[in-house]
Amino acid sequence: MSENQTGNWPLWEVFVRSSRGLSHVHAGSLHAPDATMAVRNARDLYTRRNEGTSVWVVPADAITASDPDSKGGYFESAQGKSYRHATYYTKSEGVKHL
Amino acid sequence: MTEQTTTADQAATTAEQQHFEHLISEDSRVEPRDWMPEAYRKSLTRQVSQHAHSEIIGMQPEANWITRAPSLKRKAVLMAKVQDEAGHGLYLYSAAETLGTPRSVLNEQLLSGKAKYSSIFNYPARTWADMGAIGWLVDGAAICNQVPLCRASYGPYGRAMVRICKEESFHQRQGWEILYELSHGTEAQKQMAQDAVNRFYGPALQMFGPPDADSPNSQQSMQWNIKRFSNDELRQRFVDMIVPQAEALGLTLPDPDLKWNEERGHYDYGQLDWDEFMSVIKGSGPCNVQRMKRRREAHAQGAWVREAAEAYAQRQAREAAEAAAAASATDAEATEEFTVVAGRGSAELIGA
Ligand SMILES: [Fe+2]
Ligand SMILES: [Fe+2]
Repeated sequence: MSENQTGNWPLWEVFVRSSRGLSHVHAGSLHAPDATMAVRNARDLYTRRNEGTSVWVVPADAITASDPDSKGGYFESAQGKSYRHATYYTKSEGVKHL
Repeated sequence: MTEQTTTADQAATTAEQQHFEHLISEDSRVEPRDWMPEAYRKSLTRQVSQHAHSEIIGMQPEANWITRAPSLKRKAVLMAKVQDEAGHGLYLYSAAETLGTPRSVLNEQLLSGKAKYSSIFNYPARTWADMGAIGWLVDGAAICNQVPLCRASYGPYGRAMVRICKEESFHQRQGWEILYELSHGTEAQKQMAQDAVNRFYGPALQMFGPPDADSPNSQQSMQWNIKRFSNDELRQRFVDMIVPQAEALGLTLPDPDLKWNEERGHYDYGQLDWDEFMSVIKGSGPCNVQRMKRRREAHAQGAWVREAAEAYAQRQAREAAEAAAAASATDAEATEEFTVVAGRGSAELIGA
């Protein structure tokens, strides 16, 4: 982390697991000087009402995202492939447990 | 964009713009890395950061009563509420930052007095009953305003609002209960509750902003799906809600013009003092100076905590680096030893 000016702490993305058996879900972000303190701050900020059983923090600049400029294009290959969904297959209508 | 904008660039911008407008017309959400018009970004940054500043300054009137809360239970409740408001400020700063303005800049805008915050917090909290009136009326008006904002077109803002709204309902109820206890107590207590309601009723109604005719920015905000209802619509909704709530408290609302309008199906209410509203916004409210002074002091007094946290983080990092260096030195020795053993082994094998 390069920002070292007092109070100019790196940004952490916070992920909270709301209960056992569920994935961690992005809750928001916060600033903290290091990972340990980011976890503590995340607990105080995002789990004041039993919203979580586990918290992850990730440095915001460690996240690589798909290019937003490509918009839908990047995900287009999944479109037009309706045969990947069960609803594509209709002959079995009325047949049970299929 | 530079001054030598090419036609290609313009075409690209237009495509981006079309995408943005498509998202808005579909009532979809705009996310941080999407292209958005500068005016949208600017207007949202201002709205979300002002909202964050309001939550932060809004801690003061109530924090002021924590040490004087009448029971341990009330003290715990008030502390939890004030802590929530700090949390709301942080959720909103985090949403505002996704629009590209760093936290340090937002913070500086508040401390320097450049940024505005909700003018309701420039009124003093004179008695314990004010904790009731603030929770019931101020948080109540805030909820009324904020519920539609959960569907704001900017994703991070909407998500922060969902989180906030969930927490606000406790704020309003605890306030209402404080007033309920007081209005069912001694005559003096009931009077204290009535007095608090009398003082907060008008300013709470003004939290929705000026009348629609005098609110030029609202139109654009509604076109962008940030605002869903006009100031007057929300104010009416709030009035309709609090009339029966006041009756259930056994208290009255200080408005002689307040009466049910059969034809409209709403309560009519009287003129609000908009001159006072404007003067409070411009800095002449009873507590503007005090709130800003307290905020700057709190920030300055917290400096040692920030410095200590940083020093701690640096020491932890240094110690971790030293431990890692020591471990890799041991590893290197171990590897060397292993190589020697392995070497001898192979020599033996070769020898054999
Ligand atoms: Fe709040
Ligand atoms: Fe609140």
